[in-house]
Amino acid sequence: MSTVALLAITGLGLGALYFLIAAGLSLIWGLMRVLNFAHGAFFTVAAYAGWVASEALPADALWLRWLVSLVVGIVVGALFATLTETILIRPLYARHIGQVLVTVGLALATIALVEGGFGSDPRKIALPEWMTATTKLAGAAIPNTRLLVIAIAALVLALLLYFLQRTRYGLIVRAGVENRAMVMALGIDVQKAFTLVFAIGGMAAGLAGVLAAAYYGTIDPGRGTAMLIFAFIVVVIGGLGSVTGSAIAAVIVGLVQQFLNFYAAAGVGDFAVILLLAGVLLVRPGGLAGSST
Amino acid sequence: MNDGVLLDVRNLDVFIGESHILQNVSFQVREGGITGLLGRNGVGKTTTLRGILGLVRRTGSVTLAGDELTALDVPQVVRRGVGYVPEDRDVFGGLTVDENLRLAERPGSPLRYELVYDLFPELRTRGAQRAGTLSGGQQQMVALARALLNADNRILLIDEPTKGLAPLVVGLVTNALKRAAEVATILLVEQNLAVAHKLVRDVIVLDQGQVGFIGNVEQLMGDPALARKHLGVAHG
Ligand SMILES: Nc1ncnc2c1ncn2[C@@H]1O[C@H](COP(=O)(O)OP(=O)(O)O)[C@@H](O)[C@H]1O
Ligand SMILES: [Mg+2]
Repeated sequence: MSTVALLAITGLGLGALYFLIAAGLSLIWGLMRVLNFAHGAFFTVAAYAGWVASEALPADALWLRWLVSLVVGIVVGALFATLTETILIRPLYARHIGQVLVTVGLALATIALVEGGFGSDPRKIALPEWMTATTKLAGAAIPNTRLLVIAIAALVLALLLYFLQRTRYGLIVRAGVENRAMVMALGIDVQKAFTLVFAIGGMAAGLAGVLAAAYYGTIDPGRGTAMLIFAFIVVVIGGLGSVTGSAIAAVIVGLVQQFLNFYAAAGVGDFAVILLLAGVLLVRPGGLAGSST
Repeated sequence: MNDGVLLDVRNLDVFIGESHILQNVSFQVREGGITGLLGRNGVGKTTTLRGILGLVRRTGSVTLAGDELTALDVPQVVRRGVGYVPEDRDVFGGLTVDENLRLAERPGSPLRYELVYDLFPELRTRGAQRAGTLSGGQQQMVALARALLNADNRILLIDEPTKGLAPLVVGLVTNALKRAAEVATILLVEQNLAVAHKLVRDVIVLDQGQVGFIGNVEQLMGDPALARKHLGVAHG
């Protein structure tokens, strides 16, 4: 029982990280039809920026260091994403292959630069004591970082839904996901919504970078790419363009991966996620939130 | 600017891929009332409207009340006061009726909700319904309402608003267009010749991407040979 609880919470935690990456990917695809391979780079650069900031602060101010790294990660993620959209994506408007290639190039270059600057070995993260401790839940000792990541992802989901459902820009984004040309034909400068969606996606990815650092206790240059692959799967399973679909798919993928990696064999969970993707695409080509055609 | 001319289209050319879809199209739309843009299927009526808005790449000149539009992007053209009701309606199916209308509200423009709800009372009662679940006629009402809503629209480009609608709804839409023409200038593409005849004053007829006839609706409809030549049918 306690193992099940631990696996469930760990899987949810992993799903929470996937969701934070997938939400932005999904909105960016839905609105702009850009597969943003640079999203993993937002994650990685934010994680390293957070770590650098934390290292620059007094060694024993652990909570301060972590909170500063959190803010730095979010801001750096947002800035990096905004610059990517305005400098690299925008000039290639409507040239989708070019846009995809540019994001792949940016991802590869960023990883190489981070490796060059910080080495490819994992770096240990300084965490407040509470984050290295556990909480007893259903008989299991649950690492507090799991709970933290889940709570923050739930908050982000609520904020995103509020943005999409209750604000004018959210309305523009939802409409743009359906029919971008018609949004323009209503006199709306959809370009601003593109930049905004990139900034929001970068924020969430940056947040994921810092939270993943706490979740795993370390950062390394390759994790962004590894997480990005599963986040893409989450986006497709959830239905391209749907934040709620991404949230549901992220939970499913995180749980499947954890349970099968534990009860079957390491690696089986990862493989099962690919099968799950294939299965969903066969039954519902539009993903969970999409139409079945 | 000529007297009374609101929209002036000159030498409009549109290429899509290799095909020369519009060839040197020139015409003027007088201020007030409804001008008909007619012609058989596939002659370029929709492309003309899309060209005016900038939704397709075009060369030539389009001026609205003397202001050149061709250098502007689509949202800028629209904000100069051009309302668009596309041929396939293009309502946002995942959004509610209210959200569709709210999205269409242009900041700074006075809004005509009273007129809209007067013409289409259903839009008020169905405000919370997803537009994707509406009938074709109701979706057409949403599409027309989006264009009518902004009181600073100077011209409405309306593309086959009665296409595929039941006769009763055609009547409703016809009536709405008549009322709309009292508050804005309309350039109307209409394949239903009875409707066009009832509403339109000036006509421009396109023929294979070129202007084939410009004149008065009675000249065209009253001359069976002319009507057959340009529209494929005579209309009594
Ligand atoms: N996106 C497009 N790609 C290729 N051809 C097009 C496209 N849009 C329109 N056309 C062609 O341009 C011509 C005019 O089309 P259209 O303006 O829709 O005509 P109408 O509205 O008068 O029926 C047609 O021959 C049509 O096939
Ligand atoms: Mg047409």
